[in-house]
Amino acid sequence: MSATATDAPAVRFAAACKSFGDTRVLDRFDLDIPRGEKTVIIGPSGSGKSTLLRILMTLEGIESGRVEICGETLTDRFDGVERAPRGRGRLRKIRGHVGMVFQQFNLFPHMSALENVACGPRLSLRRSRVEAEAEAEALLRRVGLGDKLGSYPLQLSGGQQQRVAIARAMALRPEVMLFDEVTSALDPELIGEVLAVMRELASETSLTMLVVTHQMGVARALADRVCFLENGRLVEQGPPEQVLDAPENPRTREFLHALNLA
Amino acid sequence: MEFSFAFALEILPKLLRGAVVTIEATLVGFLLAILVGAGLTALRRGTPRLVSGVTRWVMEFLRSTPLLVKAYFLYFALPDFGLTMAPFVAGVVALGLHHGAFASEIMRAGLDSVPRSQREAAIALNLPEGAWRTRILIPQAARPVLPGFGNLFISMLKDTPVLYSISLAEMMFVANEIGSLQFRYNEAYIVVALIYLVFSLLGAVGVRLLERRMTLPGSRP
Ligand SMILES: Nc1ncnc2c1ncn2[C@@H]1O[C@H](COP(=O)(O)OP(=O)(O)O)[C@@H](O)[C@H]1O
Ligand SMILES: [Mg+2]
Repeated sequence: MSATATDAPAVRFAAACKSFGDTRVLDRFDLDIPRGEKTVIIGPSGSGKSTLLRILMTLEGIESGRVEICGETLTDRFDGVERAPRGRGRLRKIRGHVGMVFQQFNLFPHMSALENVACGPRLSLRRSRVEAEAEAEALLRRVGLGDKLGSYPLQLSGGQQQRVAIARAMALRPEVMLFDEVTSALDPELIGEVLAVMRELASETSLTMLVVTHQMGVARALADRVCFLENGRLVEQGPPEQVLDAPENPRTREFLHALNLA
Repeated sequence: MEFSFAFALEILPKLLRGAVVTIEATLVGFLLAILVGAGLTALRRGTPRLVSGVTRWVMEFLRSTPLLVKAYFLYFALPDFGLTMAPFVAGVVALGLHHGAFASEIMRAGLDSVPRSQREAAIALNLPEGAWRTRILIPQAARPVLPGFGNLFISMLKDTPVLYSISLAEMMFVANEIGSLQFRYNEAYIVVALIYLVFSLLGAVGVRLLERRMTLPGSRP
């Protein structure tokens, strides 16, 4: 890897624009996330948080602007012309830097926990079954599910399913992990076990984490930096004790106030 | 009108030999229908608009023309074009084409039942397109498809007497032969009806067993 590639931020949005029909979700959006940083994104529903993560996971495209991941250009569009090199192989290579965990877990229901975690390495990286399953087992132990290897998603609680989903994403050893409201679908008593796993992941200094959440406990536990997003704009950002405890922007204050009342 | 058990028993072996042909035609026709259905489904999904549009019309055509017309065409008209088929071949091809369109509908419903989020999970895991299809999409689409395929099998079984008209020696053909030789029809037809009933019930039980085997672990029935 070249020096510029390792110096490059883990994630860079430059003047990124994204619309759904007439709804402009991102408007000339800029954001740099250094490698290893744990960034928490907060903001009202519909402000574009999921879209941001989905663009990085290649689940959505943008209309114009540039997105870079680990120094590689995912997309670079101007006047409708794509300037980044195309090709399936390249897309899959860039995707390999990123992993994502979803609000609704999205586990494969016809596979056991072990198979869910092993399937990425086996099918994407063409590892042998024995090797992939040994690693999957180690990962499941790490998230506290060493006794659930053979269980199927529908036999697991929400918290357990989400921990399997985290292990599944980590099995591909991504440099950037995206978490989209991963504790929002959980009963309150199950949030702790998932948050504990995320905290443990956060101790990996080289892992870049982008975490979208509505739960301030989650934000405080993980964030190096908190970004407050509203209508696709970065309204305020900074260390959690600043943004969450002494927000400067009135919009941030309003949002946090409304959250506390809820 | 009387029913003679002795006569029914006497003709049973003959009818059962016809039943073997019925089952063979159903099985081969069913496999063909699955192949035709898979082909149609593949041509209809993710293909250029022209291809999927033409495929839709082909399906509409296959669905809305009677099985009998297809069988007649294949058996009686194709020889004019230099293609002669045995009754069994013409019969199973007619069955396969006729029901292939239905098979495709069933498959499409199965594929549509797999939520988009599964595809997104596969993308997030960087799975190659082929692995997504064979390891994630199709195994999940197969479950809701099974009852539909079971019903398709049973309705194909009940369509086989149509092939009597292109002189395939299936069960109905044998029954008519017995009737016209011995001037007794009721035993033959009643026994044929009972054999069909038994086959249908067996088919339904088979589907039930398969379904139970394929139920997702942990799901509530
Ligand atoms: N697939 C889509 N089609 C149309 N509109 C969408 C789609 N996805 C998101 N949106 C819209 O884009 C905006 C931002 O959505 P999203 O990124 O999901 O917000 P958040 O995650 O912050 O709640 C919302 O107004 C939402 O309705
Ligand atoms: Mg969202």
